[in-house]
Amino acid sequence: MIFSLSTAAVASQSRTLATERLELWEQTFNRLSDALQGECRAGEHFTLSLVAEDSQFTRMNRARVRQSGQVVDGAVKLTWIANQRTCYRDLPFTGNWGEDWAAVKPALNELRQEIDQLPEDPFIVLPQRVEGSEGKSRAVYRGDLLDRDRAIAELLGPVQGLDFVGIYAAGLSVRAQSDSAGQRHWFATESFTLDYSLFDLKGQAVKGTFADRTWDSAAYKANVALAQQQLQLMDRPVKAVSKGQYRTYLAPAAMSELILMMSWSCTSEAAIRQGGSPMEQLRVGKRKLSPKFTLRENFSRGLVPQFNSDSEMAPDNLPLIERGKLVNTTINGRTAQEYDVVSNGASDSEDLRAAEVDGGDLAEADILKALDTGLYLSNLHYLNWSDRPAGRITGMTRYACFWVEQGEIVAPIHDLRFDDTLFNFWGDNLIALTQKQELVPAVDTYEHRDLGGTWTPGALIEDFTYTL
Amino acid sequence: MLSTPRTTVRIEPQRMLQSIHASADWVGLRVVKTTETLRGVRDQKPKANGSQVRYGAMVEVLVDGQVGYGATVDLSTKGLQVAADAAILQAHAAAAWGLYPFTDQIRPVVKGNQIAAPERALDSLSPKEINDLLIRICYTLKLSDQIIQTSATAIATQRETWFASSNGSDAYQSSASVVMDYEATAKDGLVTQRRGANGWFARAYQGGWEWLLTPQLWEEVQRTGEQAIELLTAPECPSDTRTLVLAPDQMMLQLHESVGHPLELDRILGDERNYAGGSFVQPKDFGHLNYGSPLMNVTFDPTVQGELASYGSDDTGVTARREHLVKDGVLQRGLGSVESQLRSGLPGVANARACSWNRPPIDRMANINLEPGDTSFKEMVSKIEKGVFMQANSSWSIDDQRYKFQFGCEYAQLIENGEITKTVRNPNYRSTTSDFWKSLSQVGDRSTWEMFGTPVCGKGEPNQIIWVGHASPVCAFDNIEVFGGGE
Repeated sequence: MIFSLSTAAVASQSRTLATERLELWEQTFNRLSDALQGECRAGEHFTLSLVAEDSQFTRMNRARVRQSGQVVDGAVKLTWIANQRTCYRDLPFTGNWGEDWAAVKPALNELRQEIDQLPEDPFIVLPQRVEGSEGKSRAVYRGDLLDRDRAIAELLGPVQGLDFVGIYAAGLSVRAQSDSAGQRHWFATESFTLDYSLFDLKGQAVKGTFADRTWDSAAYKANVALAQQQLQLMDRPVKAVSKGQYRTYLAPAAMSELILMMSWSCTSEAAIRQGGSPMEQLRVGKRKLSPKFTLRENFSRGLVPQFNSDSEMAPDNLPLIERGKLVNTTINGRTAQEYDVVSNGASDSEDLRAAEVDGGDLAEADILKALDTGLYLSNLHYLNWSDRPAGRITGMTRYACFWVEQGEIVAPIHDLRFDDTLFNFWGDNLIALTQKQELVPAVDTYEHRDLGGTWTPGALIEDFTYTL
Repeated sequence: MLSTPRTTVRIEPQRMLQSIHASADWVGLRVVKTTETLRGVRDQKPKANGSQVRYGAMVEVLVDGQVGYGATVDLSTKGLQVAADAAILQAHAAAAWGLYPFTDQIRPVVKGNQIAAPERALDSLSPKEINDLLIRICYTLKLSDQIIQTSATAIATQRETWFASSNGSDAYQSSASVVMDYEATAKDGLVTQRRGANGWFARAYQGGWEWLLTPQLWEEVQRTGEQAIELLTAPECPSDTRTLVLAPDQMMLQLHESVGHPLELDRILGDERNYAGGSFVQPKDFGHLNYGSPLMNVTFDPTVQGELASYGSDDTGVTARREHLVKDGVLQRGLGSVESQLRSGLPGVANARACSWNRPPIDRMANINLEPGDTSFKEMVSKIEKGVFMQANSSWSIDDQRYKFQFGCEYAQLIENGEITKTVRNPNYRSTTSDFWKSLSQVGDRSTWEMFGTPVCGKGEPNQIIWVGHASPVCAFDNIEVFGGGE
């Protein structure tokens, strides 16, 4: 076995490869779309979705490398529609036209054979251009990422001596969509996320995240230094807080965990109609939320693609809950067909893709003073509905969480379980939201790297309920 | 008939391995191909019909004690070489920063074929037949206008893995699995209740349609619809402390969250602390800790026919064997791969598993089972003065040390003076892992034992979702805090 290139040469080569790969992926996706268009017979329709990435994943523990590697992955989902029926094939995508067409062409033949065996689907969404719309978009965000041969040294050099654990994920991500109506959307971004924790000798920890399109070494070091400062606060004796109700400050990362629950059969129009969402109580007026609370989908920040798998474009800004009132829900084309409502370009699962909670009037400098005596929670963990129709959520406190007295941090706490309803903590018990919103980046990497994140302020809550 | 796609790809792992040029102490190639066919129906109308085909390769290299990996969807010679170059680059870059200096001991030689053929092949039902089945399930669930939604889903997966390495491994494993889920949502005013088949996607087995098309299927579907309606008028589960009896379809979740995850050695070694969390279990606890009452016997067993996570060897080539994790209440060993065993000096199992070709193997559960006792269900209930019998998981949440938990179920019945009495809704319970397992007071016999699985266990960085199996008898736990729903 022979290895003929230096690692530096390979690193340089891999950057060039990423550029070439991006061009090749786009060319091949477009060519597949054109070829499928050519295959379409009268009465046939299709949509084609692409997810692809070229990513480095480096997993770290105790400021050392546990596992490190690179993944080049892609998949196209071809959905075929004919005779009021539909079915799909989801196939590997290499970017090599010959190989990809060799997989897609027979899949098309299979779909044509299968489709006649299926029952009619009354809620099929046929690809069609919105009147006045060009039906095309292209967004490419190139980044300036760490070279892959020096990323590990850059990450770990500044944290030697610390118990640093986490994941660095970086590289190129692509989402694309086309259909038989001639619509074509392309979204590509180079980005990185560093999701990490710092632990002290007692096993207490603080969480840090660092994400962008351009690596900035000074900003990284400042980010770690801030986490170190927070970790020093954990050095005080731990206070065991009894279960009960406490005035509580939820920092943006903790708020984002609660906001993510709104993606789980909550703001979805289909979920409300099918008995799965607590938002029904808001819609019928049985419960209400605070006028201080506004939740929206905001695509104008450009972090995620605006198109869905039907090539529909979500509006730049879609208020969902405005000053406590449910003013919109997330609606995709299929739900629109079924319930005779208007689609707003939501995803297949009608989840939140660009969630944002508006800021309030609480200044950063006044958070502890406003909290006075109670709990300061930096993060929450493992949330689930304990009674979904009632909007009741349970979960744990995690990382830097403190007991505060008279506006002063007194002690870190043993983790507590909470169990409370969103109609309480975002309702009458919502005292204030911070002026400043923060981006809590999406760092999940199930199947592929997630994009975007949640913009949210911190929240001051009265009588947040702790049960264990 | 055409239930699974005929997409073909030539996979010749030895030829592929030989084509790779890499200067390394060890080189391995793991190729994975999966074909997952999903069919779903809601309210007797089709919701999804299609197949997902995935294939690709992971090249692993060992350089100066550090493993680097390159994974690619491109199985051409050029694609594999690019992946190998990436793996070499990563290994070199990491070598000076490695957590532990490994040797090729972590990838033992494995050879041979392990093929688990289903009794009823995945393509023995046509797309029409599967849709007809799912539509009939929805029709059967729709017992009245109070049922506002019905749904049924079937997933059939064929999974193949090839493993070849520079130290002589040449192995192939193939298995089929099936998963079925159905549910009815009942509604009366603003009261909504959901009842499904043993909890979300719990009917998951290795094998073919024989696991789903059972003689009891229609009776169970009918009962599911009836119970959804019954729950609408049932009172809330009481809020107090009493004996909790758990059916096997909730025991699976209990085992998973409060036994399986805390015993994973990579959590104890700290790898997982930034994501799913660590563990309350310490290295010194193995061989000593009274994890539960003496009635508690838990095994790691990837050899159970039909259980979802059965295999011949794990994804690093280690032969699978049944091992006791907890014996007579005492902690015996952890869920740790050879890599974790070397790092910790603790006994482990063959559990280095990857969800696919694009993720590296990590410590995982396979089948984690509670061994049956000798108490019949009738006898168990007869001994309980004040209790509640809960079935089918609906909610799960546990802390990052796997200690403080709160779980919810779909359906429950009170036990009063040795008899099952009335149905209650929104049953939940909470406890800590140690207190809970030490309160284990009765373990059901083989007649109460059932096997389930979950295809969606999430863990790892980068994240991975993997399939695991759980089997258990009915069990009783004393003095547990239970409560109902509402605000």
